[in-house]
Amino acid sequence: MTDTSAETRHIPDRLDTPLRAAIFSWPALLLLVAIALFVVNSFMSPYFLSPWSLSDATFNFTEKAIIALAMALLIISGEIDLSVASIIALASTMMGLALQFGVGMPGLVAIGVMTGLFCGMFNGFLVTRLGLPSIVVTIGTMSFFRGISFIVLGDQAFKGYPASFAFFGQGYVWWVVSFEFVLFLVCAVIYYVLLHRTNFGRHVFVIGNNKVAAQFSGVRVERVKFILFCLTGTMSGIASVLLTSRLASTRPSIALGWELEVVTMVVLGGVSILGGSGSIQGVVLAAFIMGLVTFGLGLLNVPGIVMSIFIGALLIFVIALPIVFRMIRERRT
Amino acid sequence: MNTLIRSREFWLALIVAAMILATNFRAPGFASPSNLANIFNDTAILMILALGQMTVILTRSIDLSMASNLALTGMIVALINAAYPAIPVPVLMALAALCGLALGAFNGALVWLLGIPAIVVTLGTLTIFRGVIFLIAGGQWVNADAMSTSFVQLTRIQFLGLPILSWYAIVIAACFFLMMTRTALGRSIYAIGINPTASVYAGIDVGRTTFMAFCISGMLAGFCGYLWVSRYVIGSVEVAKGYELTIVAACVIGGISIAGGVGSVAGALLGALFLGVINVALPVINISPFWQMAISGGAIILAVILNARGEKRGGRLILRQAENAS
Repeated sequence: MTDTSAETRHIPDRLDTPLRAAIFSWPALLLLVAIALFVVNSFMSPYFLSPWSLSDATFNFTEKAIIALAMALLIISGEIDLSVASIIALASTMMGLALQFGVGMPGLVAIGVMTGLFCGMFNGFLVTRLGLPSIVVTIGTMSFFRGISFIVLGDQAFKGYPASFAFFGQGYVWWVVSFEFVLFLVCAVIYYVLLHRTNFGRHVFVIGNNKVAAQFSGVRVERVKFILFCLTGTMSGIASVLLTSRLASTRPSIALGWELEVVTMVVLGGVSILGGSGSIQGVVLAAFIMGLVTFGLGLLNVPGIVMSIFIGALLIFVIALPIVFRMIRERRT
Repeated sequence: MNTLIRSREFWLALIVAAMILATNFRAPGFASPSNLANIFNDTAILMILALGQMTVILTRSIDLSMASNLALTGMIVALINAAYPAIPVPVLMALAALCGLALGAFNGALVWLLGIPAIVVTLGTLTIFRGVIFLIAGGQWVNADAMSTSFVQLTRIQFLGLPILSWYAIVIAACFFLMMTRTALGRSIYAIGINPTASVYAGIDVGRTTFMAFCISGMLAGFCGYLWVSRYVIGSVEVAKGYELTIVAACVIGGISIAGGVGSVAGALLGALFLGVINVALPVINISPFWQMAISGGAIILAVILNARGEKRGGRLILRQAENAS
């Protein structure tokens, strides 16, 4: 959105050593913040350090974090998808509809995920084929997808999901480790490999840094972007399965406002909103930080709306801090 | 004449008029002057907000915090009015505008001085402002009994056949038209959106102009905070929740390019009016209001597709005279 003129890009004379780079990296800073929050939380509330309450704490961010993984790639490539929360609503509505026709558990999951994929394809088509700016397109599809949910449901709700369906959002794989949490960790590893260890991931970075150069280097820019939109849609579909299973009901207002929380998570994770840089480690840590903040404050009986002040302030503070430091350093030299 | 027919505003006005006439077909009396005045009055707040958003979008930024800013300033003036009913309402209106200006300046300063992308800054302040409402009000609502009569009446008094709320929108739109087309600030806002680098060489301070755009959008959001609370006679944390994207939608439908530099006052007003007409027309023609969201979503997508088509054709118009001469 804002212009990054040439003089703001700092090109060093020689690169930092890998260790030094790792210590001063964004994920390292986030890890520090996460540890600090963990320690503060355990001092503030005696209920914090219990396995079950920590397990409960994971539920309030895993669904968003699962979307954030795909969103990170999308934002690194220089696009954005603001329709993710609406995709959750639409996918959930489709599952509810299917339920009315007596579709069983495997069918419901398939329908939820496929709806997400189709929504992603629709976004991807509009952005890559018609060459439209993604921020506007997805503001449009945001109303459109959720609008369909409202048309189908009105002020009603779908209920009565089968017991076997409850596992995805409420089940535990082992002791206190929930299915949602395990799925999130597995997805995080997959996305880490995809972004940082494959050609596809390199292409994502290249596109985000310089779309034209990428095109001339033989990267199929539009196709990569289309795939990224499909991935984001699919992950939203998966999140919809989890959330619907956890709530055991569908309302058209489900997951309202999540798109901004997911973007906050990604940006907090050190992904540049202008594209071209970021890491999955950062996003995963940011997810934990947001989870720790909301859970810790929740234990202290801080209302949710006040927590949002902390999240918003954290977002601005964490991004402003390195900039302020750099300005001070540059003024000295 | 040719340029008029080619302009996006002309077609949008035609579409809005067609929508009104089509609805009139199903529900006679819809296009009556008094009902049109009602629609205009219902849309007045969205129009003012869309004008504010337009200035920011023209500079290649975006202000997602407008709805929260509106809700926060609305709550502040409502609380003051409830506690000190003796303070004259025009003072409160000025206070609302100032308060909004301060919040907008906070956004603008972060964008200008620290160079943080506008979408990140306003995403943060969007949640912060709304949280602050809860803090200052302690989770309470301010409802009709607590507000003084003049506080509620200063959006309702009839003046020359229109409620005064409509007049606020008309006056602000007129000021905006003058500002965008006749002042150095207005032209600078367009210039930095079209080409920031060239603007620097032309002696325009890009950062400061962006800052000014945020101040303007903040001030209007603050003023609308009073209007909203007075019109709907409620101040709460939930006021205008999610409205930030409706404002952006109005701008997009009005043909304001999210890439900056393209858009007009008339476009913003018509974009808002388009959404306003849909809002009022649907219940009248017996379509469930639940269709409204999907329809406005579809309209946004369609508008973007059409806008893109329009922009592909030929280069950017540099000199209007040059085109007429050829």
